Amino acid sequence: MARRAEQVGGPPGRVLGGAVALGLAALILGTLGAVAWRAAWGAQADGAGGPLLGPADWAALRFTLVQAGASALISVALAVPVARALARRRFPGRRALIALMGAPFILPVIVAVLGLLSVFGRGGIVNAALAALGLPAFSIYGLQGVLIGNVFFNLPLATRLILQGWQAIPAERFRLAAALDFSSAEVAKQIEWPMLREVAPGAALAIFLICLTSFPIALTLGGGPRSTTLELAIYQAFRFDFDLGRAAVLAALQFAVSGVAALIALRLALPQASAAGLDRAVERWDARSPLLRTLDTATIALAALFLILPLAVILAQGLPTLTHLPGIVWTSALTSLCVALGSAVIAAGAALALALAITGSRRPRLFEGAGMLPLAASPLVLGTGLFLIVNPWIDPAALALPVTALVNALLALPFGLRALVPALREIEAAHGRLADALSLTGFARLRLLILPRLRGPMGFTLGLSAALSMGDLGVITLFAAPGEGTLPLQLYRLMGAYRMNEAAGAALLLLVLSFGLFWLFDRGGRADADA
Amino acid sequence: MKLPILAAGLLAMMLGTAAQADEKPTLTVYTYDSFASKWGPGPAVKTAFEKTCGCTLNFVTAGDGAALLSRLKLEGKRTRADVVIGLDTALTADAEKTGLFAKHGDLPALDLPVKWTDPTFVPFDWGWFAFVYDKAKVKEVPKSFEDLAKSKLKIVIEDPRSSTPGLGLLLWVQKAYGDKAPEIWKELADNIVTVTPGWSEAYNMFLKGEADMVLSYTTSPAYHMVEEKDDGKAAADFTEGNYAEVEVAGRIAGSKHPKLADEFMHFITTEAFQKEIPTTNWMYPVIKLSKPLPKGFDMYKPEKTLLYPAAEVPKVKDKALAAWRDALSK
Amino acid sequence: MLTLENLHLEQDGWALDADLTVSKGTKTALIGPSGAGKSSLLNAIAGFLPPARGRILWQGHDLGPLPPGARPVSILFQDNNLFPHLTAEQNVGLGLRPSLRLTAEERARVAEALERTGLASLSERKPAQLSGGQQSRVALARALLRARPLLLLDEPFAALGPALRAEMLDLVARITEETGATLLMVSHDPGDARRIADTTIVVAEGTAHPPAPTTDLFADPPPALAAYLGEA
Repeated sequence: MARRAEQVGGPPGRVLGGAVALGLAALILGTLGAVAWRAAWGAQADGAGGPLLGPADWAALRFTLVQAGASALISVALAVPVARALARRRFPGRRALIALMGAPFILPVIVAVLGLLSVFGRGGIVNAALAALGLPAFSIYGLQGVLIGNVFFNLPLATRLILQGWQAIPAERFRLAAALDFSSAEVAKQIEWPMLREVAPGAALAIFLICLTSFPIALTLGGGPRSTTLELAIYQAFRFDFDLGRAAVLAALQFAVSGVAALIALRLALPQASAAGLDRAVERWDARSPLLRTLDTATIALAALFLILPLAVILAQGLPTLTHLPGIVWTSALTSLCVALGSAVIAAGAALALALAITGSRRPRLFEGAGMLPLAASPLVLGTGLFLIVNPWIDPAALALPVTALVNALLALPFGLRALVPALREIEAAHGRLADALSLTGFARLRLLILPRLRGPMGFTLGLSAALSMGDLGVITLFAAPGEGTLPLQLYRLMGAYRMNEAAGAALLLLVLSFGLFWLFDRGGRADADA
Repeated sequence: MKLPILAAGLLAMMLGTAAQADEKPTLTVYTYDSFASKWGPGPAVKTAFEKTCGCTLNFVTAGDGAALLSRLKLEGKRTRADVVIGLDTALTADAEKTGLFAKHGDLPALDLPVKWTDPTFVPFDWGWFAFVYDKAKVKEVPKSFEDLAKSKLKIVIEDPRSSTPGLGLLLWVQKAYGDKAPEIWKELADNIVTVTPGWSEAYNMFLKGEADMVLSYTTSPAYHMVEEKDDGKAAADFTEGNYAEVEVAGRIAGSKHPKLADEFMHFITTEAFQKEIPTTNWMYPVIKLSKPLPKGFDMYKPEKTLLYPAAEVPKVKDKALAAWRDALSK
Repeated sequence: MLTLENLHLEQDGWALDADLTVSKGTKTALIGPSGAGKSSLLNAIAGFLPPARGRILWQGHDLGPLPPGARPVSILFQDNNLFPHLTAEQNVGLGLRPSLRLTAEERARVAEALERTGLASLSERKPAQLSGGQQSRVALARALLRARPLLLLDEPFAALGPALRAEMLDLVARITEETGATLLMVSHDPGDARRIADTTIVVAEGTAHPPAPTTDLFADPPPALAAYLGEA
């Protein structure tokens, strides 16, 4: 719809979106470039040589693809029934459960892994139960552990993204389906499948990329070096070999894999034709059979159990020390809160500008590609590149907090986009013509139409980026932590000083704060939703 | 709106960092994160040194020793560091090659398990790597890697690519077994529950009961004894010897405050600095202290100390890593 | 005067030609079979569907270059005439200022428009809390306030019952007389046309025929209309 290009993003929207897209590309490719350039410059000095990629790297690539691909497929495959059950059932605690879906994703890896081990580990609940039943023990260490870990982290995210797709289906369509006496299967085929074709590939891609660029879960639960991912190889290049050239080549390889994955996902994703409707509470007439009801109940219960058990363990272990944590933990928590809020504002602003550009542009793929870039970036390369760029001009330590806010905003942006873009398309389809007819353009359109209608996805974006930033450790360790540092850093310091009990308290504090931020924004976005 | 408040907050934080630069000269010391943390020796060292130097001591941190070296290499001659404290003997050869460090002055009599000949780096603490276990759970304590490999004991170790103890273990097996090292790793493979990115993950998993033993330090049981009044943890002495880690400091040759930096380098081997080490870093001091070491520090003294001369580390580590990875990837 | 000059509309294998004028201040019905292009014609006039050929002129000025909001047009769609998250008052206020930053005087005018469409007590409600008839009134109140010379109705009352629809049509007639607007309304029901339209345009078989007086037309329907009315 070329017409939209003149109205929606309008010139301000598109210019801002373009600026964000350019900024993203510059930052992410620029940091990779900085590392590569430094490598070339350093190679002359060091005289480093030899083949850049060895058999171990190819093995790492293979393993990375397998674990990321399998994690993405499993997470999405499991998320579909969970989201579907959540979309068509009303029960007490539903809101809380949906909110809780944000929790695992924002946990620091080490905390989540320890929580998971309390359930699935050698001394965990599952093995205790198996032993009591006289059954052989289950070992989490191996590919199965990597998958459990990744699914624990990403199933909730996938569920949230897909649930948003479900809720974006206008109630009128379900009413029409009911009028036509559609069965549950026909609803799935005619209404839900087209939505999934649009939403699921994006969710799968996001998870694939997350799993592609991380290593602690894969290494810790994978049981050893056979579970080496590309990011760990990059890590090795940096600190074991100090071979920046190799690091840059591996990061470029990671980009290439991400690019191919993105192309495949975009190919698979079919935008569905939108129809409009007033947003009354979605009522479903097709899902009333007792069998479906039981199935949905079981699905929700299992998913909740899988998510809540490890969180409950973290809660139980952290509570005893939560109230007498040293003061420095609280001050660093305050620092983290400031960083998180800054990050949330940047992420939401950038995601909105980009989303407007995507829905308003004739070449949305270009903007969408830019929006996915942060997921393909190696966090280590990103941080190091920024360091190299900043260092000649400013003491990086002075920038540690703003950079942490910025980088986390970047990493949260793709998820914000996934939530904002479909919602924005729906708004334009439903109300675009009326707004055009009323000359509702530019910032007035943003203020009166788009922002109020986007409250839900915006709240999600703000909450997610705030929470992600709260739990992040990455960049700050590269840029040197000023003063008290951040809460995750303090958590690691406690662990590094043997103080595991206090660390458990700090972990709980981190969980509560991250989750609280997420909940506040997310809830704020959904409160007072128009009847 | 929250935005202005937030911007003001961030600005204040940045200015706060900048405002530390007052009249007095500032000595910038790069160190690893846990050294400068509230629970590390950093705060006490800073107070003690500032009492006499007429300066401000500013710690700039990187994740760990290897991250510290990476950072120095990235900065090159532009580094803002005057002194770097927190590298170890597995890194000093690489650090020396950067050409950034100046030779150190005279050292006092050192109390180290090896003779110290390095002309550039000054040791500030040391310890032995060891497998730590729970005395109530492990009854037959292995006396060597071969024993351990034959046992059914489950261990958790750190990855040499991302962790200091991990690299220490790699060098330990290599030094003790030489060409036989790959076989040892192969035999150990079924004992290894998993390999973690760092010490914190591994030690936490051990405390949670995920493994019978964890690669840590001989001084780890002392922590539990002193801080938690728990004498249930122990460290295993191995007959082939335990590998040592000596942590060092070095002065940057291009420092803008060479006199202050030299003063600090000298301060490192004095009692005022060294007495902080045992109960903050949980390592051994490098000089004999006037007071005896805390309980538990003399419990595990391996008869034999293994340590590669710094210059040999770069020659063996790649080959050792390849063997380690091959053996454990099966 | 509204002039459709050699207008040719095309969309996915469907086409419509129109070459006609509509006098200023008249009320004209568009009638014809479903899918003939009545809505598309209104959409073209409102600026949502660019013509393949030909021009649309109002008082001799070509509307082609103007975006929808800048045209001398108010349009009411079949549905989605209101923003569900804004109150009735805000929805009406948009007709004066899309920024909704209204002066006291403008707010008084909004209140007056609500008053005159019988919505005074419902001004704070959101569309979902209003009945279908009330929603139509809100949209009409906005049209009244905008007072654009052309009022286009794309069957906004199709969902209402006969009595309510008649009431709305009377309201429309009153509004157009008050504002002196030219009305173009799509209708399926000859009764609607007879009730308020002075002239009627028959849209059938790819052509929009020039307007003819409604009474004459229904007294002696041309073949296309007769076919639609089921009298052939």
